[in-house]
Amino acid sequence: MTKIFIPRDTTSCALGADRVAQVIQRTIEENQLALQVIRNGSRGLYWLEPMIEVETEQGRIAYGPITMDEVDDFIAAECWIKNESHPLYLGLTEEIAFLKNQQRISFARVGIIEPTSVDDYCQQGGFVGLKNALAMKPAEIVSCVTRSGLRGRGGAAFPTGIKWQTVLDAVAEQKIIVCNADEGDSGTYSDRMLMESDPFSLIEGMVIAGIAVGATVGYIYLREEYPLAHEVLGKAIETANERGYLGSNIAGSDTGFTIELRLGAGAYICGEETAMLESLEGKRGEVRPKPPLPAVKGLFGQPTVINNVISLATVPVIFANGADAYESYGAGRSRGTLPFQLAGNIKYAGLVELAFGSTLRSLLVDFGGGTRSGRPMRAVQVGGPLGAYLPESQWDVPLDYEAFIEIDAMLGHGGVVAFDDTVDMSEQARFSMEFCSIESCGKCTPCRIGSVRAVEVIDKICSGDSPEQNLRLLTELCDTMVDASLCAMGGMTPFPVRSALQHFFEDFASSSEP
Amino acid sequence: MSTVASFQADSAEVVKAIVKALGDEPGALLPILHAVQNEFAYVPTEALPLIADGLNLSRAEVHGVFSFYHYFRSSPPGRHSIQICRAESCQAMGSRVLEAHAKQSLKIDFNQTTADGELTLLPVYCLGNCACSPSVRIGNDIYGNVDPEKFDALVSGLSTRRIEVK
Repeated sequence: MTKIFIPRDTTSCALGADRVAQVIQRTIEENQLALQVIRNGSRGLYWLEPMIEVETEQGRIAYGPITMDEVDDFIAAECWIKNESHPLYLGLTEEIAFLKNQQRISFARVGIIEPTSVDDYCQQGGFVGLKNALAMKPAEIVSCVTRSGLRGRGGAAFPTGIKWQTVLDAVAEQKIIVCNADEGDSGTYSDRMLMESDPFSLIEGMVIAGIAVGATVGYIYLREEYPLAHEVLGKAIETANERGYLGSNIAGSDTGFTIELRLGAGAYICGEETAMLESLEGKRGEVRPKPPLPAVKGLFGQPTVINNVISLATVPVIFANGADAYESYGAGRSRGTLPFQLAGNIKYAGLVELAFGSTLRSLLVDFGGGTRSGRPMRAVQVGGPLGAYLPESQWDVPLDYEAFIEIDAMLGHGGVVAFDDTVDMSEQARFSMEFCSIESCGKCTPCRIGSVRAVEVIDKICSGDSPEQNLRLLTELCDTMVDASLCAMGGMTPFPVRSALQHFFEDFASSSEP
Repeated sequence: MSTVASFQADSAEVVKAIVKALGDEPGALLPILHAVQNEFAYVPTEALPLIADGLNLSRAEVHGVFSFYHYFRSSPPGRHSIQICRAESCQAMGSRVLEAHAKQSLKIDFNQTTADGELTLLPVYCLGNCACSPSVRIGNDIYGNVDPEKFDALVSGLSTRRIEVK
């Protein structure tokens, strides 16, 4: 029985993978072919999706994109028997340059396994980290995470080990692990991919976090906009419970851990950790002042570890291969790897996991292949809607947290959105402020009012209404928001606006011309 | 806005049953609002005091939470909800044009429903489908590379499907 892999993640399905799978499945049944369809996750080579892989003795070979227009030909050519002359034949998957030139650590299993199969997961090294962690003392586990150099992959890049140490040191009857799966930044989809393609790694990471700090309860706060991730993660949690990787006596130990999956309701601000806690408590998603830190007083007043999906899903491999192995990747104080996500106007869009220290240009050119439109690339927004727009002169800055902070930008969650030369940067700046005004929780004035006023002021500048005066006003408004907002929403929305003004000022002037 | 699916006598019992089933969980209000909206396709105003009673909260508190979240609706949507992503990755691939086209061709603005009650148009900020922007969501199906032409095909597919229903 030859295995044939047809992806099932949001983007491959958006490109037709479900319908292609149905056609192939029907063909197999009607012709009684010795083929077994496996719905794996996506490898993240999205311009090739739906990318179908076939198992061979040399490894998996790939064809793509096999859309509905191509599927009949795929079947007629019997591509499940290696067919090198097929126009969509891609060769061995692992040899495709886009994939081969990556360092997939957090994403090692993504696209390879059937997402909710425990056996697949274990065959690919799953639950090895958990077994190793179970043999360690809590303080040793935390120290291992600290030594690995892992920092929060949600965007804030806070050292994970230090956060865990604070919760370990706290005294409380109940401690809690919360996974932030409210991946709201535009241009980011690594959390979604991981949850849809390798959900057990997140579950395993949360269990290890629980053992480390002494928490027996975990919550995953997932955004409503991810229906497939909700389905896959729900099934994975159910399976983990059945197979003894959640519940009491995890993996035969005397440790217990439960996970509850909760849905957000379309509020970007709930990706901010304290707003997320409020939301989990059944309240309006309004930001809490810090201190107290959530690690001291978090969900329901208990010491709480809050980590992003990728941070938690990277924990198992740290315990499987050792902290030093993970720490050996990276540059400066940014250790390990970051799964970058190429998005927007880019030819080869997809997931690129790389050790820190490469450059944006390498991502955009070597991996991304330039724009999809074929026009010159003009601006790149890195790190979501709160990240700066970078002109070409900044594309050689190394991809590491500190280097980006130095140029008033941020790596954030690793989203990279490319724009070609048709972009109007005054529109982008206006949208940043408009988005802030729509999504502000309203708790603090600089963000709630400042964003509304900034939209008005940008409109005035662009329509030629006292542009110099209004520009000064906009600059002051940005300063106030940065200095006086309660959280990153108001505090960082000015970053893309300032960068647009600084590097693309001509766009603000040109729109006032007749 | 029409209120076709009006709050019936037995609707109150449905809401109370949801509150009873979920009310004991910590932080139960969002799961309850989700369950109510799953049941009615919106959160009827009449449901809010019932939820408040069940959770021992004030009506103001429940209303405050309900109205904070974009996803929860106070009126019934059309038979199909179409979400168009407005975020940056989709902007880079022409979502502003798509947005304008959708509004013009359906003759409605965001958060409105067509006169025949078929389609509700909604903005969304990222569907995580940014590798094939612009993105659109209809129900739980997400579509990529949606230009105005593909949008029209999707919309006409929705009405065709309706006629084909036996």
